[in-house]
Order: sequence, then structure tokens, then C-alpha cells
Amino acid sequence: MAWSGRKNNVLPGFTPALGYTIFYLSLVVLIPLSALFFKTASLSWDAFVAAVTAPRVLASYRVTFGSSLAAALINAFFGVLVAWVLVRYRFPGKKLIDALVDLPFALPTAVAGITLASIYSQNGWLGRYLEPHGIKVAFTPLGIAVAMVFIGLPFVVRTVQPVLEELDQEIEEAASCLGANRWQTFRRVLLPTMLPAILTGFALSFARAVGEYGSIIFIAGNMPMVSEITPLLIITKLEQYDYAGATAIATVMLVVSFVMLLCINLLQKWSRRFAE
Amino acid sequence: MSIEIEAVSKSFGTFAALKDVSLKVPSGELVALLGPSGSGKTSLLRIIAGLESPDSGRILFDGEEATKRQVQERQVGFVFQHYALFRHMTVFENIAFGLTVKPKKSRPGKQEIRDKVHNLLKLIQLENLADRYPAQLSGGQRQRVALARALAVEPQVLLLDEPFGALDAKVRLELRRWLRRLHDEIHVTSVFVTHDQEEALEVADRIVVMNQGRIEQEGTPSEVYDRPATPFVYDFLGSVNLFHGRVHEGTAQMAGINLSSPENASANDAPAIGYVRSHDIAIGRESADGAIRAEVRYLLSVGPLVRVDLALSCSDRTIEAELPRDEADRLQLQVGEQVYARPRKMRVFVEDYQI
Amino acid sequence: MVGKGLNKKERKGATVTEPAWVRSLLIAIALAFLALFLLLPLAAVFSQALEKGWEAYLAALKEPDTISAIRLTLITAAVCVPLNLFFGIVAAWAIAKFSFPGKSFLITLIDLPFSVSPVVSGLIYVLIFGLQGWLGPWLQAHDIKIIFAVPGIILATIFVTFPFIARELIPLMESQGREEEEAALTLGANGLQTFFRVTFPNIKWGILYGVILCNARAMGEFGAVSVVSGHVRGSTNTIPLQVEILYNEYSYAAAFAVASLLALLALVTLAVKTVAEWKMQQTITAAETER
Repeated sequence: MAWSGRKNNVLPGFTPALGYTIFYLSLVVLIPLSALFFKTASLSWDAFVAAVTAPRVLASYRVTFGSSLAAALINAFFGVLVAWVLVRYRFPGKKLIDALVDLPFALPTAVAGITLASIYSQNGWLGRYLEPHGIKVAFTPLGIAVAMVFIGLPFVVRTVQPVLEELDQEIEEAASCLGANRWQTFRRVLLPTMLPAILTGFALSFARAVGEYGSIIFIAGNMPMVSEITPLLIITKLEQYDYAGATAIATVMLVVSFVMLLCINLLQKWSRRFAE
Repeated sequence: MSIEIEAVSKSFGTFAALKDVSLKVPSGELVALLGPSGSGKTSLLRIIAGLESPDSGRILFDGEEATKRQVQERQVGFVFQHYALFRHMTVFENIAFGLTVKPKKSRPGKQEIRDKVHNLLKLIQLENLADRYPAQLSGGQRQRVALARALAVEPQVLLLDEPFGALDAKVRLELRRWLRRLHDEIHVTSVFVTHDQEEALEVADRIVVMNQGRIEQEGTPSEVYDRPATPFVYDFLGSVNLFHGRVHEGTAQMAGINLSSPENASANDAPAIGYVRSHDIAIGRESADGAIRAEVRYLLSVGPLVRVDLALSCSDRTIEAELPRDEADRLQLQVGEQVYARPRKMRVFVEDYQI
Repeated sequence: MVGKGLNKKERKGATVTEPAWVRSLLIAIALAFLALFLLLPLAAVFSQALEKGWEAYLAALKEPDTISAIRLTLITAAVCVPLNLFFGIVAAWAIAKFSFPGKSFLITLIDLPFSVSPVVSGLIYVLIFGLQGWLGPWLQAHDIKIIFAVPGIILATIFVTFPFIARELIPLMESQGREEEEAALTLGANGLQTFFRVTFPNIKWGILYGVILCNARAMGEFGAVSVVSGHVRGSTNTIPLQVEILYNEYSYAAAFAVASLLALLALVTLAVKTVAEWKMQQTITAAETER
């Protein structure tokens, strides 16, 4: 049965193509990733637990996951708004704006990092107006969230946008014929249809924020216990030649990514449940 | 080239698409594979083309084993249901494709290819659309391009998968007549798949009726229409009325009338079903031998035929009759009136063979 | 299909929509948000880069360390992109044109590097090739340097850019089905002819799309490369790492000058991506109207 694809299909090249795919995948991705687990397995359980639950590490989880959650929530809200505006309304420069939404995908993270840091620093374009009002962004957890909003911004927009585009105008017209006002139509008809896409975008944006490094370290200030993110902690341990510690924390991060990946896959399956 | 299919079986997972199918297509004939969806007709066509390989059985071209031959070597022309035109190529390039991929040694020269394509464009009456892309053509035009592309390589066999399925009714009618005329000109052995009985009856030399992976009957259009071999064929071709009753030593008793059924001479008081075509029911006002009392329930008189729904008095069943318009005019039938319906022709099958 | 196209046209004159003031307000909020988070940073890069004038800008780019960072970045991309391109095409052929069990699991595995933190992506190569790693002692004995050297940078970059082209091509090729390839085979084309003359023209914009995104990430990757590079000036620094060094040395104008190169790359990427997307949409629509 395993090779039924070959049998029912006259197109050539299946076996070498699949073979090469698995070979290259193993070589580049699977074997290197397994190294992490093997290295972790060489640690004793107590040492592992001690490494991943040290106070400084726990604080970094709080900073990383807390900021990621805040950023993903902001992105979920504004992402839906931006997607709605881009799909439903017409205004000058729309095409350009639409293309620009992907900037965070294309702009290297280090560039984003130094730029955000300079904008929000004491003398920066925004920092100089914010700091007199007591709002410190750069070198605080708030700055971390700002960087995470930037890098996660395209995810919600790009998952919700196609769903909105596919939505049949007739559904809304039906709702309004049945007496629903615009807000009721949005709340009761459109939002439930978009929800799986919104959640998927939210999860993608969250997952990206949790692992992010480059755009954050410049604006974060990196104060242990306050504004130190987990990926940075891995690098710090590595620079101190604490390979075991770095590996243990990395394993936690990796497991979190796997769980997120699983959630996202399930969400995407769920979002296709209404698809014809 | 003749095609022989010997005991071919094919399944996809647990679904048996073809069960021990054998068939001969004589050289130069135009054969229709007719059946409902899931009957295995498309699988059979793809197996002939070499696009799929059978689990068991053999395919012979001109008596030569071709089961193991690659698609490229079979020299079949295949017209896909959705045409599968190369969308990045013009009409000209599409038709020329098969010639330009030939190995250098057998590849015709540029001028020769051009001439050939232009002849084909003339044949499909699209000479002035050579530089269009598929997206710029209508459905019927695409269909003809797909056919010309398949013909360009001078195939030994032409295979068409639901060739008119994606077209609207009027274009379909024109194209199938055109295909019939084309086949009369070029005489290449052709097999086409369809689920439309009218299409099969009008176009094909021979019809192969398929159901659930088996061949139910093969024959000329009039053979399969007038003398269906199985209840399924009766049901699938044309509208038909069913009568339940019994058959005993060549005599069937259905709805209170006796009919002779010589093909069931050996039956011994077996439950049976009688099949009567709608146009084989005569309607009269007087009681007659072999006629059933019935009430007119509904009249539909549109077109050359008048449809009459009749409720049988002896049971709660309704049958459907079709009368030529002039006869209906003569009878002046009214809804609610009592009449006598007489089956002119009935085919009786002992119930074991039921579909 | 046709119905969808009609629908979009109808929408322009649709009566079921929000009041004008709501529409304007929503557009204003969305644009303000995007201006704050996208336009402002973009403007800031170029403004900071040119703060000390064109001469200082050009001088910063002519720095030998910067030049060597540019060279290393180009080399990295020149190795990674073709490797992942070849993989992407081969994987998409197997996955999109054939059916086999475990297919969706395979797709998930291919997507895996996207969900791994860049820092972890770098770390795994340190664990294999580093001094304390699996192959570390053997590599040292044979005097082969991978970590804190160019090969490590290339490996880490291959890892982080691994899925880009494959995940772009798989859905595209799936949407195109197999009929055109089958038609080519019945017309006598061999495997390579079928691929180059039928499949390739249908996916070329998808390939461009994947390549341009893969390239942008390969040239801009920071976290993973940072872990394996060792930050050796003039030899293992890529452009993003050079930006970091300059920034940490408080040579802001120079840092932004170098960063502006990457920002320009991002803009070019977005432009090419938009064109490729538009072209792909055209081929897909053409395919749909044929159905």
C-alpha cells in the first residue's frame, strides 16, 4: 500500500524524488535537531530540572511568554482590522500598503532591532515624546512587546485576509435581510467564520515571538530577571561554555515550539471544517 | 489498430474499480463506454492509455502485448475531460507539442510541423486562433484544440474521457455530430467515455454499458437500446416502467395480465420484474386483451411527445407512458378519466438478476 | 471561477456595508497602526543612515570589514539558495504530484525549521560540530573548522531557510493537478521534457517567489548565524552581524548605513514578491477558468 502513489500514477521520478526529500530533510533538519535531545538525555533529570527552573530562567520565561502573549493579542486585534480594511475598502495607496504588510518578513531582524531601539530611545523619534510622560519603551519589557508586535504583524493579516476574500457577500446580505444590523452581522456571522483564521494567526504570531532573538535584544536592555528573553539566556550560557545549561533551556524552547506547531496544525484543520 | 482487453481488474484501496473486464475493440471503430459515475469506465480508459496500470489482466494492441508499455510508447491520443491544455502555450504550440518532443531522429522539420499544425487547425476550424492562449478560448474551442493536439502525433488509438461533459447543451450537440463526421473521415480506432446515453447512442458504432466495474452489455446502439441484456441496461437507457409479478414456464403474470416470456421458459413460478419502455405503452378507452385499467393522473404535453402518468387500478403504483402528439390529440385524454394501458412489449427478468 | 469574479465586482456597488464615517474611521486606525509599526521604522533606517551625509554613508560601506561581510553574505546565499531550491522542487514534485501515506506528516517536518527559534537552530550545529560536540574532537584532529567558521554559518543558514521554496511550491503544484503532465506523456514526452516544458512554466513564478524569500532570509539571518559565527571580524561576519558590531560600538551612522543595504534588499524582495504573487494568481485563475 505504501507505494500506491507510484502504482496509480504514471508520472516519473517518484522514488528518487521522495528518497532525496527524506535524505536532505534528515541531513539538514532531523539529525541536527536530534542532537539536541541526545545532548539533553546525557543530563541527569535533577540537573535538567535545576537548569530549566533556575530563578533567572523562570524570569526569562515570564518575560518571553508574557510579552509574546501581549504582542499576539495586539496583533490579533489590529491584524483583523488591517485585513478587513484591505479587503473591504478602497483607498489610495492600498496596493502599496498591502505589499508593505510583509515588511517584517523581509526586513532582517537585526535591522528591525536597531531601528526600533533608536526610535524608542530617549532621543528617538518617538522616545523623546514618550519619556517625558513617563512611558519608557526602550530597554524595558514594553520594548520587547513592541518588537514582537513588529515581527508578528503579518501573520494575522495574512491568515485572515484570504478568508475574508473568499467570504460570500451573499451571507452578509442574507443576514441583513433577516433583520441583523451591521454590528450584529459582524459579531454573529462574520466573526465566527473568521475565528479559526484569527486563532491560527494569533498562534503563529505568538510562536514567532517566543523564539525571536534579533529584533528584541537591541531594544530589550537585557537586564537579568527583568528584560532578559529566553533565547538570549541560551546564548549567554553558551558564551560561558555552559553547554548543558544552554541545551536544557533550548530543549524546553523546542518542546514549546513543537506544541505550538501541533496547535497550529489542529487549528488549520479546524479552520477548514467549513470548507466545501 | 484493434484493442483487446483481457480479464483486467483494478482496485483503489478497498474500492474495486474494474472486476475481470474483457473487451475487444475492432480496428477503426468508434466505441462508447457508457455507465454511471463509479462504474469503472474512466479507469478502463486510463488503463488502455497506460495512465494507470491494471492489477491483473492484459492489454493487447493489434494482438501484441502492451500492458508493460510506457504511456509514451503506446502512441495513444488522449483527450482529457478538462482538456489539460498547456496554459502557457498558444494553440499552435499546444498542437505542435507532441511533434516537438519527438527524439531528434524522428522529429519532423520546422516547416513540416507548421504545415501539419495548420492542417489540423483547418480540420478543427480554428485556423485564425493559432496564436491564442487556452484561457482566451471558449469551452468548445478548447475541446477541439485538445482533440487536434492528440491527433497531431498520428495516434493508433484515440481515447476521449467525457469529451463533451464540461460543455453546455447546445455546443455539446454540435460537437458530438462533428466528432462523428470527423471519425468517418479519419477512421482511427476510438474509445470515448460518457455517462450520457443520448451521446453514446448518437455518436458510437458500438456501446459498452458498464456498471460497478463490470460490463453489462456490449452491442450496436440499437441492440443495447431495443434488446437490453440486463435490468440495469433497461434502467439506464431510456425511461422504463417496472411491473412486479411472477413468471412460470415462459408465461409472466404482471398486474393482472398474462404475457408470454419465452426467454424464461425454464422458470418455475419465480418472482419476476417486467420492464416496459414508456413509449411501448398504448392507451385506449376500451378494455382489451392484455390491457390494464388505470386512471390518468397527470398530462404533460410539451414537444413531440405527450407524457401521461397513469395510476393502476389493481395496485397503488403509477406508470409513465409517452404518446406521439397526434395520437394524444386524437384521444383527447383528460385528467381523472379511466383508460386502459396495454404494454406492447415487455421484457421479464427473474428477480434474482435484479440490480 | 466565474461566479467569484462576478462577486468581487458586485461588491463595489454593494449596499450592505458600513456607514461612511465608520469606514473612514477604520481605515484611519489601520493606517495609523501600520504607519507606526512599518513606515516609521523603514523611514528611520534611511534617515539614520544618512544622518552624517552621503560621504559618511559611502565611507561606511567601503570599510574593509563591511566589504568582507557583504562578500560572506553573498557567498552564503549563493550556496544556500540553490541547495534549498533543488530540494524544494524535488520535494514538491514528490509531494504534490503523488499520493502516499504520511504525506501531511512529511509536510509538517519540512515546515519544522520555521517554528524553531533561530538561537536553537544555531545551537544544534554547535552541539554537533562544536569542540564539545559529537564530531568536535574528530574535526579538531583533522584541522577542520566548522563552528566559528564559514561552513557553520552556511549550515545554520541552510537550516533556517530550508522550508521556504518547498512550502511555496507544494500548494501551487497541488492546485495544478497532474493532467497537463499526463497529457504531455501521452503525447510522447519523456520525464525531463515533461518537467521542463510543462511543469516548469507553470511554477516559475512560484519558484521566483520562494527564491526571493529564501534569499532575503539567507542574507538577513541573525540569531542562528550569531550563535555559530564566533563574530570574527573580517572573516566570519555577515552583514547583520556587522550591523550588530557597529551598533554595539556606538557607530550608529555606520551601523544604519550597513543596515540600509538590508532594508533595500527587503524592499526589493517585497517588490519582486508582489509581482510574483500577481503572476501566480494569473496562472491559477487561468487554470480555474479552464475547468
